[in-house]
Amino acid sequence: MKRIVIHEEYCMACRLCEVHCLVAHSSSRDIIKAYRDERDTVMSRVIVEESGPLSFAMQCRQCQDPRCLEACPSGAMHRDPATGAITCDESRCVGCWMCIMVCPAGAVQQSTSGHRVASKCDLCQDADMPACVAHCPNEALTYEEVS
Amino acid sequence: MALSLSAPAFILERDQSRCIACQVCVRQCANDVHYYDEDDGVVCSDATSCVGCHRCVTLCPTRALLVRTNPLEFRPHANWNAATLQSIYKQAETGGMLLAGMGNDQPHRIYWDHMLLNASQVTNPSIDPLREPMELKTFLGARPDAVAFEADGEGEYDLRTELTPQLELDIPIMFSAMSYGSISYNACQSLARAAKRMGTYYNTGEGGLHPDLYAYGPVTIAQVASGRFGVHLDYLRTAAAIEIKIGQGAKPGIGGHLPGEKVTREVSRTRMIPEGTDALSPAPHHDIYSIEDLRQLIFALKEATHYQKPVSVKVAAVHNIAPIASGIVRAGADIVAIDGLRGGTGAAPTVIRNNVGIPIELALAAVDQRLREEGIRHRASIVAAGSVRNSADVVKAIALGADAVYIATSALVAMGCHLCQRCYTGKCNWGIATQDPYLTKRLNPNIGERRLANLLRAWSLEIKEMMGGMGINAIESLRGNRDHLRGVGLNQVELDALGIRAAGT
Repeated sequence: MKRIVIHEEYCMACRLCEVHCLVAHSSSRDIIKAYRDERDTVMSRVIVEESGPLSFAMQCRQCQDPRCLEACPSGAMHRDPATGAITCDESRCVGCWMCIMVCPAGAVQQSTSGHRVASKCDLCQDADMPACVAHCPNEALTYEEVS
Repeated sequence: MALSLSAPAFILERDQSRCIACQVCVRQCANDVHYYDEDDGVVCSDATSCVGCHRCVTLCPTRALLVRTNPLEFRPHANWNAATLQSIYKQAETGGMLLAGMGNDQPHRIYWDHMLLNASQVTNPSIDPLREPMELKTFLGARPDAVAFEADGEGEYDLRTELTPQLELDIPIMFSAMSYGSISYNACQSLARAAKRMGTYYNTGEGGLHPDLYAYGPVTIAQVASGRFGVHLDYLRTAAAIEIKIGQGAKPGIGGHLPGEKVTREVSRTRMIPEGTDALSPAPHHDIYSIEDLRQLIFALKEATHYQKPVSVKVAAVHNIAPIASGIVRAGADIVAIDGLRGGTGAAPTVIRNNVGIPIELALAAVDQRLREEGIRHRASIVAAGSVRNSADVVKAIALGADAVYIATSALVAMGCHLCQRCYTGKCNWGIATQDPYLTKRLNPNIGERRLANLLRAWSLEIKEMMGGMGINAIESLRGNRDHLRGVGLNQVELDALGIRAAGT
């Protein structure tokens, strides 16, 4: 399956990945409306980590043996049988935050949508390419087949 | 501190109805123009230190930003214009020389734009480059006086003349000298990789060659300049050719100064100087005070490389360029590189950049003419530099007598440079003219290489199209073929200097 590959040597911490992730997961899908009208209820699922000049955009690593799946008591966290991507079925999530505690990448967050659910990267399943990859101005994120 | 009388060069307009306060502009500006007002939750700007590099404008995801020239007007005065006043304010404040980066920004006549190319009509056929082979292959180096063959009587011939080393170019465009130190490692790597991909060469400038770039030795021209930074035997032997830099178009007659802040650990290792120290290139080579001295250095370098590499001598285009070039050829150079008035630099005193030297078009025509008259044109190739902006400039340069051209400003622009002319500050927001680790990673060499290669490819297609129109199928046939040029809007003195006829005659 295709994965998001991080090239930290070219990440310049502009955080445009976060901006476009937020827009891609908004209901309007319009950058200005998303920020103006939905800012409090929609969030980016990618997080840019910074330490001095070192920075990179971190999102769910799509682990082969995901701890979040194992830890999830409700089965909300699951592997999509069609695409193989690990996603959270928010209708089943009970907000126990076990996934957040076990994720070694810190890539799961508490959703700000108003519902007590976990929020994580879904690889923008309805698009050809995740929004963070498509909008990275310096190709510091790539979407490629990794064995 | 007394009040500064200088006015900001730019103003910034932020469309607050489009600004989403994402702070990309705040994070991308190395000059701290933008800031986030936490109390009001909005992003604001103070354009006092804006250099007009457009980094924020380009990266703003909602196109909410616009940089404009400061419309502040002085009372009109044809002699004491705003730029003149601003320069005086700044010098009265600092007591220092004014510095500038990139090439001459004054409205000197650009002769390329006053020369027009020919095309075939009726009496001679034009050639369609999409259907016919077109040859851009170029060799740089000395040609023999005569070629001797020996026939074996069975139709086979043996070349008896010993040929001198040549550089083989798939396209008559090379990347001009830009040192590691003045530009970032990623920029150097982009140039090296693009040169390799496109079958041409790039030039190390006087910054030496980073160990990781030795792999690109076969496409590297190693420069030996007055500071001798990074020059050692491996450096010379790794490269495809060696260039002695006497002068640079942007600052003829003066040396160079790489500020200590740019001399990082890697730059210091490559240049073989202590970390953090200023890298000062003397104005002259202290061992070259005559053509005879130059000859000694040329042959010292040829000896060091076993006569296997062509040696180029780069000079700035100055008043007596024709006899200077003649001397360089007679001193034994295989290539003469001439850098014109509008050539770029990482840093030069503004007054030098704007006032010293002559345009490359006039220098090139004068040198080609002089070398032909002296019967030594074949003994060296001529490389023209100093603001070759597009493929038409390349074609015109070759028709005026150049064997190939050097591009540097065009290459930087291809990598993202917006000509803000502040290379000397080390704060290049595009990650090119900087060693700041926060900024250098902004230039991804994968993208840099691709964009440079695209530029060369695009130009080569256009060059072939122009050649085809003229009915020429090999760039060799265009070289020094001034019949294909006509001047417009030039006086007779200029036409004579360029060696071309006026349009309509």
